[in-house]
Parts: sequence; C-alpha cells; structure tokens
Amino acid sequence: MIITRFVQLWEDILYIFSKYGKVYLNGIFNTLVLSTTATIIGCVIGFICGVIDAVPIRENDPAWKKVLLRIIKVLVRIYVEFFRGTPMILQAVFIFYGLPYFTMNKVQFSNIWTVSVLVVSINTGAYMAESVRGGIFSVDPGQTEGALAIGMTHFQTMIKVVLPQAARNIMPQIGNNFIVNIKDTSVMFIIGFSDFFSVHKMVSGAIFTYFPSATIEMVGYLILTLLFSAILRWAERRMDGSSSYELVRADHHLARSGDYNHTIHYGEHYRNGNGPERKG
Amino acid sequence: MGELILEVKHLSKSFGSNEVLKDIDFTCSKGDVTSIIGSSGSGKTTLLRCINLLENPSSGQILFHGQDIMEKGFNAPRYRAKVGMVFQSFNLFNNMTVLENCIVGQTTVLKRDKAEAEANALKYLEKVGMIPFMNARPAQISGGQKQRAAIARALVMDPEVMLFDEPTSALDPEMVGEVLEVMRNLASDGMTMLVVTHEMSFAREVSTNVVYMDEGVICEEGPPSQIFGDPKQERTKSFLSKFK
Repeated sequence: MIITRFVQLWEDILYIFSKYGKVYLNGIFNTLVLSTTATIIGCVIGFICGVIDAVPIRENDPAWKKVLLRIIKVLVRIYVEFFRGTPMILQAVFIFYGLPYFTMNKVQFSNIWTVSVLVVSINTGAYMAESVRGGIFSVDPGQTEGALAIGMTHFQTMIKVVLPQAARNIMPQIGNNFIVNIKDTSVMFIIGFSDFFSVHKMVSGAIFTYFPSATIEMVGYLILTLLFSAILRWAERRMDGSSSYELVRADHHLARSGDYNHTIHYGEHYRNGNGPERKG
Repeated sequence: MGELILEVKHLSKSFGSNEVLKDIDFTCSKGDVTSIIGSSGSGKTTLLRCINLLENPSSGQILFHGQDIMEKGFNAPRYRAKVGMVFQSFNLFNNMTVLENCIVGQTTVLKRDKAEAEANALKYLEKVGMIPFMNARPAQISGGQKQRAAIARALVMDPEVMLFDEPTSALDPEMVGEVLEVMRNLASDGMTMLVVTHEMSFAREVSTNVVYMDEGVICEEGPPSQIFGDPKQERTKSFLSKFK
C-alpha cells in the first residue's frame, strides 16, 4: 500500500520536473547567487563592525577622537541589535515599502535583486559583527602585544595578525551563516523574489501538487546545504596549512639566497669561527 | 659609558589602588646590559612594559634620546620599532611561519621591500640558529626555538635597545641554555639590553649593570661584582641568599 504511494510520488516528481525542471533550476541558481553575494557582503560588513568595536579608546587620545569613536560604536551597536532583533521577512517588507512611502513614491526599488541583496546582506552583517567580535576576542592578547612591540599600528596589527587568526576561528560561524542564508533567503518571496522556494509556490499554485513539489524542495535544499558544508570544511583545512614542514639545511639556504651578499658573508664569517667572542 | 639612550624619571604605575611602581629612576646608555632582578611581583615586568608603552605609566617621565615618550601625540609605534621586546610567552604570530614572522615587521613598519627584508631575516635567523626551522609555524617548534625566533624577529627591526621580559621563564630547563647563549652573543656584539631575569648566573656574568627591585622600588643598583659580591642592602642580601 505504502509502496504504491512512493511509486506515485516518484511519478509525480518526474512529471513536475519534466514540466517545470528549468524553473526549479533557475530558482536554485537565484537562491545560490543571492545567498553567496549576501554572505560575502555580510562578512565584509561584519568584519568592519567587529574591527570598529575592537578599536581601543586610549586615555591619551584627543577628545574629538574619543567622542567620534564612542558615537560610531553606539551606531554599530544599534545596527546590530536592530537587525538581529527583528525578523528578516519583516525587514524586507519594511525596506521595500518604506522607501517609496517616505519619498511619496518618487524613489522605489526598480530591481528586486537590489533590495533582496541589501536586506540579506545587512542581516548577515549584524550576525557576523558579533561573530567577528568574538573571533577577535578569541585571539591571544599576546599576539597583539607582539605586533605592537615591533612597531605595528593598531590597524596593521589587525590586518596582519589578529584578523587572519580571528577569521580562521570564526570559519564555522561563517559557514553557519551561509547555510542559514541558503535556506532563509526563501522569505524573500514576500517581496516577489524568484528563489527556489518561490518556485514551489508557483508550481503548486498552478497544478496543485503540494507534496511532490515540497519533496523536490526538501531534497534540493538538503543537497545544497550538504554540498556547501563540505566545501566549507575543505576551505577550513586549506586555511590550517600544512601539518608538517621541511627542515632547511644551512648550505641550501645560502645557495638559495645567492643574491644577498651580506648574508653569505655573514655565513662565512660564522663558519670560519670568527663569530662573536663568548664571554663567561 | 656610551651615549644616554633611556632615562626613567620618577616613574610610577598603579593598577587601581595598587601601586606597582614607586618613583623609579634609572638610566640606560648605549652598550649597557642591565639585568633587572627581584622576586615575583616586585614590578620588574611592569617597568619593562612601561618602557615599551604596553602599559601607560601613571606619572613620571621616560626619555628616549631626551624626548619624552609620554607626551601627547608621541608616535608610539615608531618608537616601539626602535625598542625590541622579547616576551616570556614568545608571542610569535601563529598565522605565519618563522621566516614570515621575521619579515612582516620590516615590510609593514619599516617599509623595506620583500627581498631586502628576507635577506635581513635570514641573516638574523642564522645568528640565532633557526635557519633549519624557518618554514615551520610556531605551533610546530619547541619553546627554546620559539624564543630564539622571537629574538630574531625583534632584531630584524634594527632596534637600539632590546628589552627581555623573563625570556627563559617559560622554558624547560634544557632549553634555557640555548636562549641564554643567543643573548650572550648579542651582548658581546654590543647590543644595548635590558633584561628582566631570574637567571642569576646570566646577570652576574653578562650584564654591565644590575638593578635589584623590591616592592615597586629600586632597592639597589650597581655593577654585578658589587651586587653579587658585596650587596649593601639587607633586602638584596636576603634575596640573593636564596640562589646559593
């Protein structure tokens, strides 16, 4: 009995797919483009906010700098709390209809892509800001001190030392956000974005095959998320670098650095036993 | 006595109500190797961190070639590039190889080009015997190797003074020797050094000047022969007696 239902389901799916296959694939494509773009932009926003949050306010700074920093930090805080604390589906409606409302319809979003990327990006950015903050916090303060001690500015320390390590530490969260975005961009149907999920609404509305279409969607989303979670893990392993290293023989290094005269000179100096005298 | 490099005048530092440094006065001239000794909590490390501006002194003055480093608008990063620092916990950059650790400061801070920076890095890595491990990451080498790499990282910046903050305290006993060896060589090359240490034999044999600190003040100061041979203060005597 149940077997026949499965056979039926398979036949329904084949039928829907023969009829609407291209539309589904187009939906998947749109979902991927939107979630990838928005995750990347969101990460950039998140890193900027996280870095701003980590800027130290020092006693010696001039007054204008202290005030400016405080104001910017409060603004970042408001942004994070607002977009983390409201549903993305509402944010989409709010922004999509808010702009024409306040401009008496003079300014509207002519392109649904623009507003979708905007909403998902700033939403992701708000979450990423917190992740980046945590990531920066997780890097040993000794790393910062080591960088400051050789004369790096706060900004150079961040770019060269802290952020690369923070980024590695928050890779799992970046992955999380990406997976969430693949699924949650589905709420953009509310403003008419044609993503994967909106195809389901369209198809089942046309031929009333709710369950078979939903099955296609479930399997489709699962394949997408599994695929990207594998890719993200691979990326993490790449970031970790090699787990082993090659020992460098002294003569090898001298041969390699043949252009650097004083290096060779120094090496000879040492090997001839003319190194600095040893006290004690 | 060479040219005066560092002058510390009436330096005090408090963390809240806890006064860690009280009215510290001392100077450091070119070629001096000054060992700062004293029990834990006597303020040795804080003094070193104030000199490198990793801590903000509460009052007093620190002059570098006569210029007050605590003035408003003083360029701290440029100053720190001239004052090398070696930490107890190494603080090598974990996201880079040993060689990259020795290059990044030169290219970002001193704006040297890559080839010049690499040549210079190799020169100092050779000096500390770290050429074989230059492609390793900090997590892959031993404590002694990390500390030697950290010394090279500071040296590539051509510092005028090197500050050592208990460079051997986090090391296994058998690795202490290799780091002290590098520091001895550095001293005999004429590097100006300020060394916070518990290695009394190093302080006695290598330094030109010994400072004994106790409870945030400089209790006694003089050449090693005098401090170790004929300490004047009771507190110095009782501290040194623990090492015999």
